[in-house]
This record gives sequence, structure tokens and C-alpha cells, in this order.
Amino acid sequence: MSLISEERIDRTESLSGFAGVEDYWALLKPRVMSLVVFTALVGIVRAPGEIHPVIGFVALLCIAIGAGAAGALNMWWDADIDARMDRTRIRPIPAGRIAPGEAMVFGLLLSGASVLMLGLLVGFLAGALLAFTIFFYAVIYSMWLKRATPQNIVIGGAAGALPPVIGWAAVTGTVALEPLLLFALIFIWTPPHFWALALLKKRDYERAGIPMLPNVAGDDETRRQILLYSIVLAPVGFAPFALGMTGWLYGAVSIALGALFLVFAGQVYRKREGDAAERAAKHLFAFSVLYLFLLFAVLLCEGTAR
Amino acid sequence: MNAMADDKGVVLSEEQKKSRKRRSLAIALVLTFLVILFYVVTIVKLGPGVMKKSGLPAISVIV
Repeated sequence: MSLISEERIDRTESLSGFAGVEDYWALLKPRVMSLVVFTALVGIVRAPGEIHPVIGFVALLCIAIGAGAAGALNMWWDADIDARMDRTRIRPIPAGRIAPGEAMVFGLLLSGASVLMLGLLVGFLAGALLAFTIFFYAVIYSMWLKRATPQNIVIGGAAGALPPVIGWAAVTGTVALEPLLLFALIFIWTPPHFWALALLKKRDYERAGIPMLPNVAGDDETRRQILLYSIVLAPVGFAPFALGMTGWLYGAVSIALGALFLVFAGQVYRKREGDAAERAAKHLFAFSVLYLFLLFAVLLCEGTAR
Repeated sequence: MNAMADDKGVVLSEEQKKSRKRRSLAIALVLTFLVILFYVVTIVKLGPGVMKKSGLPAISVIV
């Protein structure tokens, strides 16, 4: 259970009533939500068959709300460690604008509503996958893995990788190889992305007591793992083209971006001291976001052009 | 402490009242959106046939 100090609970309770709409919006982690919506949209667009635009919109809305609900539950559970990290102490709960209990109820309510809506209005498999995703992120990742093992974001990355599979299932009612490849792409991408950030925010994580890889195994081992995952990521990114699921544009872009990812990961591996090391980690983190966005953008373009 | 409990119950400050009003408005907008969404989804799920009047086919009306 989150160990929130009595003092802070008193403060949040006394401030109850001040929370604005924007605080509840912040509980939904809108930036994460936008990535989830984008990858789910790619799953919907690339799936064979037809979906009525209104039903497609409902599917995306439910996936977005479900992702936001998982984010709210994560913020409720992690309020104590959020309060100890510079990056997260301005969040609504540690800042005292929303009481932890309110956030929990908000998250549970939205979880139930989004799963029910997706299951009844779009499809049962999509609804079940969304329920599993929320459970995996809120319970398996937030409540268990995050504080227990440096492999937290490796295994927990499965939750962030599922949206394209849910999108696909919303259209077809099944799961096929292509969405599973998209799942694998995000799953393998997650560790180097987060470990680049963890190298930069090592002290923050240390203060919060989160066993991120740099804090447990050291910076050098983290750099080695980043490089290894990047070596695996390049062919996984290319696989949809190699298996004939995409056009030449995606093939070319995935090769170029995969090579660039390896270059940035190689710089993180080589540059280990001072500002150069920090810059390399920053570059890899920034590029990793661009990498995933561009690959999925090309998939989206090719999907809509079919 | 802004919310004070006394004989009149909990008295909210002006800021708390404003926040509550904004939250209430947001909830109203969300509920309105959901009503419209469920209506449209129902029409989509039932198909275009739902817009036709039930009963005899058009040719029978002419007869």
C-alpha cells in the first residue's frame, strides 16, 4: 500500500474541493494517453475488414479512457513516490489538489465504464483485452513490479504495447500476427526508451526507492542492456515488411530508423562520463519517441492508402 | 482551513464554490456527450432500417 504521510493526507483532505477539471485531466496522464490512442488507431486502420466510423470512434474513446483510468490508478498507488521525485511531485495527488481516495474511485469508475462500453458497443475480445491492459498496468506493474525488480519496465511494457492489438480486435474480433508484431515492436522499444530516461533521472529514482536498472545494476550494465535491446529492436521493427505486411515505404523507413536507433544507443554505450554521457542519453530518449511515432505514422499512412 | 463545519454545516469558500461549479459543468457536458453518443451508436447498430416506419411495406400503402 502506498505510504502517504499523515501530514500529507491531512493536507489533501483539507484542500478537498479545490481540484479543478484540469487536475482530473492530469490524472489521466494525457501524454501517455495520446500515444496509446495513436497506436490503437494504427491497429484499427491496419486491420482487415470494415468498421463503422462511429464504432471506430467509440473504440478509440474507450481505449483512451481505459488508458487514462490506468494512469489515475497508477497515480493513486504511487502518490508516495511521486512526492519524492522532482518530475512527478507536481502531480495532483502529491501536490495536494486531489485526495488519494478520490483518484482511486475516479480510476476504478473510468476503468469499469471504458471496459463495459468497449465490450458491449464494439466487441467482447477488445473489451477483455482492455480490462487485461488496465489490470496489468495498475496491478502487475504499479503495485508489484515497479517497486520489486529492475525488470519492472521490461515486463510492465506489455501494458503499453497492447493498444494496437486492442484496436485490431475492435475491428476483426480476433488477434493476428500483424498486431502481435506491433505489440513486439513497442514491447522491445520500451526498455531502451525508459532506461535512457533512468540514466538521466537516476538520483530521482534513488530518492524514491524505485529499483530501476541504473540504480541496481549500475550505469555500465544499463548501457549494455540498452545496446542489446536496440540490436533486437532494429530487426523487430523491420519484421512487418519482411513478412510482407507493409509496403516499401515502411521497409525503407524502418531500416533507416533502426540504424539511427543503433547509432544513438551506441553513443550511450561508448560515452560514459560527464556531459557527453548525459547528452547521449538525452538524444537516445528523444529519438526513441520520434522512432516509434514515425514508424506508426508510416503504418497509418500505408493503412489509409490501401 | 476553508471548509468549516459549524451549525450551518460545511461552508465552502468562494474558490471552492468556483471549482465545484466548473466540475459540475464538466460532468454535465460529459453526460450530455454520452447521451448523444449512445443515441448515435444505437442508430448505427440497428442500421438505417430503424428510420423507416414499421408496418406494411411501401407498395401496400399505395394499394
